[in-house]
Amino acid sequence: MSPLDWAVAPFADYGFMRRALAGASAAALGAAPLGVFLVVRRMSLMGDAMSHAILPGVAAGFLLSGLSLGAMLLGGLATGLAVALLSGLVARLTPLREDASFAAFYLISLGLGVLMVSVRGSNMDLLHVLFGTVLGLDDAALLLVTGAASVTLLAMECLDPGFLRASGGGGSLAHMAFLVLVVVNLVAGFQVLGTLMVVGMMMLPAAAARFWVVAVAAQIALAAALGVAAGVGGLLVSYHYNLPASPAIILAAGAMYLASVVCGPQGGLWHSLARHGRGAP
Amino acid sequence: MHGFFAAQSRRRILMMLALGTACASAPAMARAAEPLRVVATFSVLGDMVREIGGPDVAVTTLVGPDGDAHEYEPTPQAARQLAGAAVLIENGLGFETWLPRLVKAAGFAGRAVVASQGIAPRKLTDAEHEHDHDGGDGHGAGHEHGHGDADGHAHGHETGHRHHHGDLDPHAWQSLANGAVYARNIGAGLAAADPERAEAYRERTQAYIARIEALDARIRATFAAIPAARRQVVTSHDAFGYFGDAYGVRFIAVAGFSTDAEPSAADMARIVEQVKRERVPAVFVENIASPALVRQIARETGARVGGTLYSDALAPSGRPAATYLGMFEWNARQLSAALQPQ
Repeated sequence: MSPLDWAVAPFADYGFMRRALAGASAAALGAAPLGVFLVVRRMSLMGDAMSHAILPGVAAGFLLSGLSLGAMLLGGLATGLAVALLSGLVARLTPLREDASFAAFYLISLGLGVLMVSVRGSNMDLLHVLFGTVLGLDDAALLLVTGAASVTLLAMECLDPGFLRASGGGGSLAHMAFLVLVVVNLVAGFQVLGTLMVVGMMMLPAAAARFWVVAVAAQIALAAALGVAAGVGGLLVSYHYNLPASPAIILAAGAMYLASVVCGPQGGLWHSLARHGRGAP
Repeated sequence: MHGFFAAQSRRRILMMLALGTACASAPAMARAAEPLRVVATFSVLGDMVREIGGPDVAVTTLVGPDGDAHEYEPTPQAARQLAGAAVLIENGLGFETWLPRLVKAAGFAGRAVVASQGIAPRKLTDAEHEHDHDGGDGHGAGHEHGHGDADGHAHGHETGHRHHHGDLDPHAWQSLANGAVYARNIGAGLAAADPERAEAYRERTQAYIARIEALDARIRATFAAIPAARRQVVTSHDAFGYFGDAYGVRFIAVAGFSTDAEPSAADMARIVEQVKRERVPAVFVENIASPALVRQIARETGARVGGTLYSDALAPSGRPAATYLGMFEWNARQLSAALQPQ
């Protein structure tokens, strides 16, 4: 079997592989700019917190109207924004810092979400929805994730460049729009990689890209490319070595990150050590 | 001060309530003996207990209709119900992985009945797996790579059965012959716990088993009329092994015995190839599992999506599959309709 066959045949032979690739690529494209801005603005853990914060909203959407993507998206948006607004408000009105109040509200939200999932009991367990699988993407899920990616890319064009340089939160309109985009991508990503792993697709390529290029635009482009590559690599590993697909994709992105930490020319370990060695006789 | 008064008045209200219920229940107790309190672990067993116990038992089912007993997390209420019960009916075969801890936590001291006692358990042997995988490898060189390695293979299965049930397939109620054994065990258990009404339990057990056997014969005849080559379907998780053995239907499962394992792309490809090669006519979704993967296979192969099968839980009351026998009739009808030659 030639290497080309190894890499191409699975996608040529199977529709579910092509759908998985399309879904993972769309998730990577939408997540790349958000991830880069989260890294640049030192809010890397926000994506993770947000993915927990939207749980009760998504659960409520599911409980009210079943497997409707629209209802789950609206619910997720509502709770995600509520958590962001409330934590901003507490940070402004009290001495508590924003990170602490954000943590408090997202944990409350997470507890509420787990409660709702458990009370509902099972049928078509919400967990199966939240841990969606990349190998089972239907048309609606693909449409949602590509739609979310397109909206994100268009919206990022319009965002104020000054906002991108500032670090930390704040209640500005741009900040809110940014949060909306994060939530939209997280909910869309549920379908592709599952709740927890979609954050990996957002953060790992962005953190890796930072070791290679300086300009934000270049980082975004590289993060998107790395994300798509992780999708291809993870799916091929899952196919050839009989491993579950979503973790394989995230671990592929993780491998890229670790390689970047070591080899990246912008502050990577190898470079720093080499320079250090030259500087100190 | 406020708190003290509140506590006082609360105690008074409680006392009044206690008196009230005592007065209300006294005549009821005089009328008939207290029903035997039975806890069944999941809906299939709950229905059997209801059939056999009739008015002589009060049944509580821990994992209700459409609930997934693989992923159940016991609540304090479940512990309380178990603590107050005289009999506990469990499936056994490692199905209720959460039960030993619950029994201990609740301090259950009654009689535990293992419903599957005495059936011939299906063992999941390595040979069976090997066979399945080899079958799927016929197509392309691409597969050989993933499955050739025996170590990788074994590992894949271990991760697939995280909720592992040992090596036995616990879904024994999916054969009506086993269902009769279940009924006999439950009847004997109830009679032993409540000897005064043993005769009533025995009669109802006999009547129930007669109905089970009649349905069994009918379903056997239905499937015998379908050509053997067409008796193949794809389902979400591996719950129909006993059904398949009993009625000669081959079930190909996307996930393993448990509902929460995520398949690999290699598993998906293997099943797609198998469905295409052997012209499997239909795929089925289950009431307790996500339909996404099964639908994907239907899209990929052109197999028909046959409908919902009830595997590990009954439907909510009022639907055809709300009882054990109803579930069996429903599943058999869905399957035979989809497998019938066009």
